[in-house]
Amino acid sequence: MGLIDLANPSRFLTFTDRALPWLAGVTAIMFGIGIYFGSLAPDDYQQGATVKIMFLHVPSAWLAMFGWTVMSISALGTLVWRHPLADVAAKAAAPIGAAFTLLCLISGSLWGRPMWGTYWVWDARLTSVFVLFLMYLGVIALWRTIEEPTRAGRVVAILTLVGAINIPIIKYSVEFWNTLHQPASVMRLDGPTIHSSILIPLLIMALAFTLLFITLHLAAMRNEILRRRVRTMQLMQAQAAPGH
Amino acid sequence: MKALLALFLRDLRIAVRVGGGAMIGVLFFLAVVALMPFAIGPDLALLQRIGPAILWIGALLASLLALDRLLSADLEDGSLDLLLMSGTPLELAVATKALAHWITTGVPLVIATPVFALFLNLDLTATAAVALTLLAGTPALTFIGLIGAGLTVTLRRGGILLSVLVLPLAIPLLIFGVAASNAAIVGPLPFGTPFTILCALTLVSLVLGPFAAALALRQGQD
Repeated sequence: MGLIDLANPSRFLTFTDRALPWLAGVTAIMFGIGIYFGSLAPDDYQQGATVKIMFLHVPSAWLAMFGWTVMSISALGTLVWRHPLADVAAKAAAPIGAAFTLLCLISGSLWGRPMWGTYWVWDARLTSVFVLFLMYLGVIALWRTIEEPTRAGRVVAILTLVGAINIPIIKYSVEFWNTLHQPASVMRLDGPTIHSSILIPLLIMALAFTLLFITLHLAAMRNEILRRRVRTMQLMQAQAAPGH
Repeated sequence: MKALLALFLRDLRIAVRVGGGAMIGVLFFLAVVALMPFAIGPDLALLQRIGPAILWIGALLASLLALDRLLSADLEDGSLDLLLMSGTPLELAVATKALAHWITTGVPLVIATPVFALFLNLDLTATAAVALTLLAGTPALTFIGLIGAGLTVTLRRGGILLSVLVLPLAIPLLIFGVAASNAAIVGPLPFGTPFTILCALTLVSLVLGPFAAALALRQGQD
């Protein structure tokens, strides 16, 4: 079955029916492995045990940006290729992305308190992620305001693409503005600067979180398709009702 | 070209007559600036230091307030449908509308700035710097706002949503506008660096805004 077959919502539903239990299982196993290795990881000589917040914080930050990227690609799918599932994917990704952004902000703030002595600073990285959170909320609000799903999809797609400008700004904010947040240490041209005892559990956790995102996203897309079917049926029922 | 000129003049005329409310933006700007000393206290040294920020926030809020009318009045009287159906490229038409909107709402804010700067005890250099950054930045506020207006025009009570959508996009303008003004007053950066970035943001918005807004208007149709 190719990717093009999945464009059919019914085929997509059958596919997710089969794939979701497996995905959920693999996600749970990966989390188990990640948490096990994460608990084995040594404490940092400067940060002590708090360094382990990283295993939650870094993957959420990555998924916060990943979520908007998924939405941007879906937006292209809606506007350029008119893919029937693209706006479903975009709508399903928004709350998940917003949740991971919030998780990233909260875990970062809990980590910042012992390390930097403050819950919040108006640092470039923190501020740009906060703006990303605001934009997620704006997109969700726009989805909810327009009733007709396909029209909402096209309008939201434009906002998503305009907002996509923020993603590279977040990624490179620690390089543009040299403020409190530390620079990137995993994704670097000259290789990661973290010791493998922490890097390996971090990568496993990142994989586990990404799988979690995919699982939640597929499940949310499934719900959205079903919700739209219910909506269509209700509309048809209302039209067929006597007196019209 | 003739059609665009007619549209431009029409929008200017509507704005200065009753119901356009171009001057209400300035009044709102004045109110925001006047409220700040009540909240912060009448410390003139402090007001002088944060004056550029107050003026920028005031101008930002005032232009947000006016954005609601950028396209919705045309939707109400049906002229938006005519624009959509006419042979004139929609991108150019909305760019013209945004330009007229900026002249009637943005430019008065810039002109009012030196007067309001007096309330905040700003000296001549600071006043000139803030006015110059606002002159460079307010077109971007209008053209970014144009995107939001295009997205929300068909919605009932889209005005608040419009502000929520546009504000995050306006944050870079605020940062570099205030940074440039402060650089002119206290340094340490030269004024030119943040000011050039501000101008670059404005130029990007001039290109991006009309295309995104026209796309939104076309997609927003049933």
